[in-house]
Amino acid sequence: MSWYILKRLLQAIPLLLGIATITFLIVHIAPGDPMDVFMEKQQRKELDPRVIEALRHRYGLDQPLPVQYAKWLRNLAHGDLGESFRYRRPVLDLIEERIPYTLQITVLALLLGAVLGIALGIISAIKQYSLLDKVTTVTSLIFYSMPEFWLAVMLVLAFSVNLRWLPTSQTRSLDYELFSWWGKILDRLWHLILPVFVLGVASAAGTARYMRNQLLEVLSEEYVLAARARGLSESAVILKHALRNALIPIITIYGLELPFLLGGAVLIEKVFAWPGMGLLAVEAVEARDYPIILATSMIAAVLVILGNLLADIIYAIVDPRISYVAKRAA
Amino acid sequence: MWQKEPPDITSTLVVPPPLAAGEVKRSMPRGRSPWQLARRRFRANKLAVAALLVIILLYLVAALAPFLAPYDPSAITDVVQTRYLSPSRAHLFGTDEFGRDLFSRALYGARISLSVALLAMLVAVTFGTIYGAVSGYVGGWLDNVLMRGVDVVIAFPKFFLLLILAGIFEANVGALILILGLTSWTDTARLIRGNILSLKEREFVEGARAIGLPRRLIILRHLIPNAISAVLVSATLMVGGLIAAEAGLSFLGIGIRPPTPSWGNMISAGQDALLVAWWIAFFPGCLLTLTIVCFNLLSDGLRDALDPKVLMRRYL
Repeated sequence: MSWYILKRLLQAIPLLLGIATITFLIVHIAPGDPMDVFMEKQQRKELDPRVIEALRHRYGLDQPLPVQYAKWLRNLAHGDLGESFRYRRPVLDLIEERIPYTLQITVLALLLGAVLGIALGIISAIKQYSLLDKVTTVTSLIFYSMPEFWLAVMLVLAFSVNLRWLPTSQTRSLDYELFSWWGKILDRLWHLILPVFVLGVASAAGTARYMRNQLLEVLSEEYVLAARARGLSESAVILKHALRNALIPIITIYGLELPFLLGGAVLIEKVFAWPGMGLLAVEAVEARDYPIILATSMIAAVLVILGNLLADIIYAIVDPRISYVAKRAA
Repeated sequence: MWQKEPPDITSTLVVPPPLAAGEVKRSMPRGRSPWQLARRRFRANKLAVAALLVIILLYLVAALAPFLAPYDPSAITDVVQTRYLSPSRAHLFGTDEFGRDLFSRALYGARISLSVALLAMLVAVTFGTIYGAVSGYVGGWLDNVLMRGVDVVIAFPKFFLLLILAGIFEANVGALILILGLTSWTDTARLIRGNILSLKEREFVEGARAIGLPRRLIILRHLIPNAISAVLVSATLMVGGLIAAEAGLSFLGIGIRPPTPSWGNMISAGQDALLVAWWIAFFPGCLLTLTIVCFNLLSDGLRDALDPKVLMRRYL
């Protein structure tokens, strides 16, 4: 097992290198001068060219591309992600501040999506063609297709603007500092409801669709027929025989769903002004803050690779049929 | 408890449903082509046919937008009089903060949203097919290198890649199509490669080789048509995803930029005016959801119609 994990970790290295190269190339081939971030064009004309040169030199922008690339890779290997042009602070610090916010909504959404999606999928499959199944199937198709950011805007309209039950955006109330620690947690949860619900429902809809098909497929297997023939109760057939096997592929799906969740989080963070990594990336793109763009993409990619790795490892644990050697990402 | 049992058995075993029996008799012995069989199965799926019709209707409406739109989508008249009018017979979707007719803007937005997604899908499928075919057909070290490339692109969170590309290149419509297409080709490449690899070893290809069919014809007549049905399903699904991706980018202000209307940037404008005018964000989102639902239904229908496993279950 540990060999398998080691092997997968080693396989992730060329992937990361590839991603690092792609981001670097995109960002540095792009038109537009990062110096624009520091000052308006007009202002720049008036400024002493030597100052601009000094600034360029400070951020290493005056060096040839291969040198910048090599430098960047070396710093990356040391965990140094550079300094933000705009905030003039180490990128790593900025990301450290933002990442907990992104993890709060994505992890909670992942849990909500898994619980709700798997439950609905099971019910739908067991009661196939019933009214409940039809309602679930149609609803999950609609939520699966609906753009998350629009759902978010509509829920804000309904629950924040019209009903005034939930906050429209931000992570905390204005009087947050006055609350007790317990009140602070409640206040954060209060602000988390809408973003987590939106992301979670989108994820649940996909999971429910997949779970239903998966369970239906397993229920038509011969070993399920055999279990029924042995006179086992329906609940035993489903819980002990069918469900276990139907749940296994869901693990992989969750590994694959991670990039979508992070992508969705970008839009959701924008809607709710939620100061996570996605919002940081959007702001950085608008401001041409190259070090942040490079870093957020790298970190999102690392999260995705780690998520897939984790999914593969869990898969290998729960399904002993998979040989560690032959296993390839689906 | 046992009531579910019969359908399960019939679907896995051989007995065809009584109504289909006539069809089977007519279709099987005369050796209809798989495409004819697929078309017949597709037509039987009412939901998928309805979805296809809605999609055709949406594209027609988008194409005819200049004739159907009651107002000029960017005409700004007496703003004080005409802004933030709620939906009425004169303005079906209401008006926005500049008094522009939102129904007309939604029609013109459909042109952008629908054509960008369709063209981006064509870019992705073309590129992916060539990439996958080269990889699968040539094989060896080139296949290895090309597939590691696919792994890298897949590991890159797609929306971040889109964000960087669209944001940094300040994309116009053409560039946006390219960017969307060039971030979506990996599924097609893998499908084509996988299909060509497995088809190469199949008996019918071996047979074609044995009777001396030139390699060019083997690829064109046997490999590509057999791989393309899987691509068709994923391409349909892809259009839905691309519509959502374009809408998301436009929502962030880095896809289609105002004043050109797209469903995504209309929703963005609507969020800013949520307190005074719910309709600005509401209708474009409904259209987006409807369109994507239809593409998903169509993709499901095509999958069921083209999947040889479903074919066997029903016709063997």
